[in-house]
Amino acid sequence: MFQVFTDFASWLTYRVLKLSADTKAADAVHFFIEDVSKIFVLLIAMIYIIALLRASLNVERVRDYLAGKHRGVGYLMGSSFGAITPFCSCSSIPVFLGFTSAGIPVGITMSFLLTSPLINEVAVLLLMSLLGWKFTILYVVVGMAVGILGGIFLDLIKAERWLQSFAAEALKRGRQTASDKNSIDTLPVDSLQFRERHQFAKNEAMEIFGRVWKWVIVGVGLGAALHGFVPDGWIKAHLGDGQWWSVPAAVLLGIPLYSNATGVIPVMESLIANGLPVGTTLAFCMSTVAASFPEFILLKQVMQWRLLAILFCMLLVSFTVVGWVFNAFTPYL
Amino acid sequence: MKDIKVLGSGCAKCEKTITVIDTVARELNVAVTITKETSPESIMSYGVMSTPAVVIDNAVVHTGSIPHRDKIEQWLKNSE
Repeated sequence: MFQVFTDFASWLTYRVLKLSADTKAADAVHFFIEDVSKIFVLLIAMIYIIALLRASLNVERVRDYLAGKHRGVGYLMGSSFGAITPFCSCSSIPVFLGFTSAGIPVGITMSFLLTSPLINEVAVLLLMSLLGWKFTILYVVVGMAVGILGGIFLDLIKAERWLQSFAAEALKRGRQTASDKNSIDTLPVDSLQFRERHQFAKNEAMEIFGRVWKWVIVGVGLGAALHGFVPDGWIKAHLGDGQWWSVPAAVLLGIPLYSNATGVIPVMESLIANGLPVGTTLAFCMSTVAASFPEFILLKQVMQWRLLAILFCMLLVSFTVVGWVFNAFTPYL
Repeated sequence: MKDIKVLGSGCAKCEKTITVIDTVARELNVAVTITKETSPESIMSYGVMSTPAVVIDNAVVHTGSIPHRDKIEQWLKNSE
C-alpha cells in the first residue's frame, strides 16, 4: 500500500537528483522524501476522515459525560476521551477548570489531560505507517496506562489539597451542585448535517496540517540525519543492550526537548531502525511529548508548586518504568 | 457601544480573533470596546472550556475557534 511512496522517493533521489544509490547522502535523502510524502498524504486524508466521525464530540460533552461517573470507570473514560477528543494545548487550563468546577475529581481530569498529548489521531496514524500496528497498539496501551494510573495516584495522594485556592473552591462548589443533579448548564447539542460535518472536517484537516507540517519536516529531517549520518551500529553498540541507566538518561534528555508527537515519531522510527531498544525509545519519546516546561508553567496557574513537582516526578518515574518494562519484555514480543 | 471580551490564554488564535473582530467592526462602523481576558479564574466564571471564546455584553456567544466573519457581522449588526 505504501510502495508508491518508496517508488516515488527512488525516482526522485536516483533519477532526478542523480544521487548514487550506495552513498550515505542518497540514503538520507531517500528516507526523507519517502517519509515526508507518505506522511503528508496520509495526514490530510486521515485527519479529514476522523474529523468527519468526531465532528460532534467536544470537551463540553466529555465534561457532561464524565461528571457524576463512578471513579472506577472514570479514569478509564477520562483517559479514552483524552485520546480521541481534539483540543489545543492552550486550552488545557480552561479544560482543567471546567472539569474541576463540574465536580470531576482531579485524578480523572488529569487522566484526560495526561493522555491527550500522548495519543491523538496524528500520532496513531504516524505510528501505524512508520512502525507498524504492533508497536502502535503497544504505544496506545502504554499511553493510556500512564494516564489512568497517573490519575489514580493523584487521587490517592489527595492532590486537590495543592490546587490554587480558587480552583479548590470551584471543585468544592462543583461537588455540591453535582449532587443535586443536572444543575450544570449544558450547551444545547444539535445533531450535525453532513454538510456541517464536511465543513468541520475540512477545517480540521487544513488547520491541523497547517500546524504540524513543519514538525513533520523537522522530525523526518532529524530522522534522516540519524539514518544517514550516524555510523551504522554506533547506537546498537553503545545503547543496544538496554543498559539500565540508558532509560532514565533518555527520559531526562527528553524533558528540555519539547515536541509534539508528530515531530517525534519519525525520530523514533529512525532510532529503532538504528538499534536503540524499544523501551528506551518509548521512554525518550513520551518524555519529549508529555513532560514539557511550557505546559508546566501553564499549569502553575491552577496548581501549587508542590503538586507540580509531584506531577513532574510522577511522569519521570512512570516513563522510566515503561522503558525498563519494555526493554525487559522485547525479547519475548 | 458593544462590550466585547475575547477569552483565551493568549495563544495565537486568541490574538487572531481580536484582530478579526476589530477589522469587521471598523468595516461596519460599529463602535465596540474589545478587551482581552486571560485570567483562568475569569475564563472559568463564564463556564468556558475551549478558547478562544467571545463574550458580548456578558453573554458567551462563541467558543473554541476563531469565529467566522459572517458570524461576527451578525453579532455586530444585532446591536443596531
